Amino acid sequence: MIAKKLLQGISRFRCVLWQVKQYTTITNEPQFLGINNVFTNNIQFINQESVLLHRGYPLLKFMNQCYGNCDDEGKGKQMPIHYGSKEFNFMTISSPLGTQLPQAAGAAYAFKLDKRNACVVCYFGEGAASEGDAHAAFNFAATLSCPIIFICRNNGYAISTPVFEQFKGDGIAAKGPAYGINTIRVDGNDVLAVYYATKNARDFCIKQQKPVLIEAMTYRIGHHSTSDDSTAYRSSDEIAQWNIQTPLAKFRFYLESLGLWCQEKEQELINSTKEEILHFFKEAEKKSKPYWKELFTDVYKEIPDHIRKQMNLMEKHLEEFKEYYPLNSFVHKK
Amino acid sequence: MLSKLRTRLRSAGKKLLLSRNSNQRKHVRSAHFTYFPSERPNTIGETQKLNMYQAINHALTLALENDPRSVIFGEDVAFGGVFRCTMDLKKRFGANRVFNTPLCEQGIAGFGIGLANVGISAIAEIQFADYIFPAFDQLVNEAAKVRYRSGGTFDCGKLTVRAPCGAVGHGGLYHSQSPEAYFAHTPGLKIVVPRGAMHAKGLLLSCIDEPDPCIIFEPKILYRTAVDEVPLAHYKIEIGKAEVVRKGNTVTLVGWGTQVHVLLEVADLVQEKLNVSCEVIDLISILPWDAELVCKSARKTGRVIIAHEAPMTNGFGAEIAATVQAECFLYLEAPVQRVTGWDCPFPHIFEQFYLPDKWRCFAAVRDILKY
Repeated sequence: MIAKKLLQGISRFRCVLWQVKQYTTITNEPQFLGINNVFTNNIQFINQESVLLHRGYPLLKFMNQCYGNCDDEGKGKQMPIHYGSKEFNFMTISSPLGTQLPQAAGAAYAFKLDKRNACVVCYFGEGAASEGDAHAAFNFAATLSCPIIFICRNNGYAISTPVFEQFKGDGIAAKGPAYGINTIRVDGNDVLAVYYATKNARDFCIKQQKPVLIEAMTYRIGHHSTSDDSTAYRSSDEIAQWNIQTPLAKFRFYLESLGLWCQEKEQELINSTKEEILHFFKEAEKKSKPYWKELFTDVYKEIPDHIRKQMNLMEKHLEEFKEYYPLNSFVHKK
Repeated sequence: MLSKLRTRLRSAGKKLLLSRNSNQRKHVRSAHFTYFPSERPNTIGETQKLNMYQAINHALTLALENDPRSVIFGEDVAFGGVFRCTMDLKKRFGANRVFNTPLCEQGIAGFGIGLANVGISAIAEIQFADYIFPAFDQLVNEAAKVRYRSGGTFDCGKLTVRAPCGAVGHGGLYHSQSPEAYFAHTPGLKIVVPRGAMHAKGLLLSCIDEPDPCIIFEPKILYRTAVDEVPLAHYKIEIGKAEVVRKGNTVTLVGWGTQVHVLLEVADLVQEKLNVSCEVIDLISILPWDAELVCKSARKTGRVIIAHEAPMTNGFGAEIAATVQAECFLYLEAPVQRVTGWDCPFPHIFEQFYLPDKWRCFAAVRDILKY
């Protein structure tokens, strides 16, 4: 049953692999297929785009954000892959590492105050767990009994830094009990294991109004970004060893053993997904960038006088020097 | 099809962690400036054409060679650093002296202060200046104040912090900032910004030798684009001294880092279109800064324009403007002007509209002449 449910989600997960990403070219995200099925829509998510995908955030919107075009909800202000959606309870991603961990605890405390039958889910890597913010977040969540699930993707590397240079203790899970947080360590490459671990965590978290920490053990198959070559700090053999154990491979074997999946379906899915991605990719690429004055909006709710003055200066400047600015790629007026 | 997709992804996304593959660079959006190499310095000895990350690597090598009680550390520095500044240093000097730290900027700064307190030359890397803020407390309340609060009993002068800063064409909010003004508000710190390879090496070696804690903000777009004839020997560029990069007599243009190159282009443009000569000053050192040289030029030209990438309000340009007006009031033909990033976070897709580019600087020169 669960396998079937997860199967429905997998086509969207394939999309992740082809998604415009610059931090990771190939992700280990299928593990979160398991997680996503657990939660209902009244849960705030922080920092995990596959959640958005699974919840039905349209592919085109992902592409719009990556291109920062006129339909990007973030109005072209952030770099690619910094998605956010109020509709899907997904806080807009911030680049700094770990900063959103204590914020997530704060949001969870608010859920408790409001007596919402909900919890916050906050994703981070084992590298981010070294930031001071992580300590603050765990300690606040524990002492103030916040309904939050911290999900650590321990994928072995923070850019080039391997886990054995990141911590000496027993990973991230070992920290949980020290903070008084109930903790689960799970095989992050096993979709079903992640599903059950997260389901239990959610039930506990909401019922007890207490934090839970999950450490999903996995491996970053891809490079850190499109401009990173990870063979500069790890061997191809090491990567190859893990390549056969990816969550996708494991889950595929499992589905095949149940007769639910085969090579033919796999190829079909890959082809159709590729096609779908490229379609939206092209569509987003064609669109103009937002009106240039958006540069000045959203600094504050209302544009204060000193910023308005600067905006007017720029407007005058552009009238005079328009041929030197890429105005044709931008929407002309709002 | 796929390679086409990949190519497009690259131009859509960032290329911040500069790759080794130089032919990928053609996908990088063209820079907003033209690099003006520094003149060969008056040092004796051999020079070599080096880009800025290579020059920094040279400086770090010399520092580790000259002082066995010196270390380099930060995120990902062991494999060479994401901008390749620490390449091969671990291999050469050992993992005890060139090492990765956990991912924690406050830890990096604090650890460095401790090392420096007891006499080790601590050369710390913060991967991006945008991510230096977790270390703000350590740098502002600790590094800057150790000497003062102990009446000179202790200090952390042997601490040097390196941090890549500035616009890069596609860095958005968190890979583009120029946070020098936050730190310039802190007595006890010294802050420098090189404009290219030659300066990066000399300034870094000065910072390492300086008996006070230093931050060197390295404009990341220059790591590969800035190629100078760099002396191979150890040399220093004095902290606290600015440099007249182009002599002129009608308008003084003051900048630092990448912006110096923008201003040099502006000076050419002004000469060509308005037949007026501009004096271009590279401030080089933000704290302390060379008020004497700037004011001398201001008295000569009577017109001063300061340009920096950071936002206008409370940017370091404000400090310069205030001083020039106080010191040179009767010599000025026009109020001191600033051309800066706008008072907004650094935007991704609007970068070209945000930067104090050559056209905005050119317009400012034209306007100040008409005042």
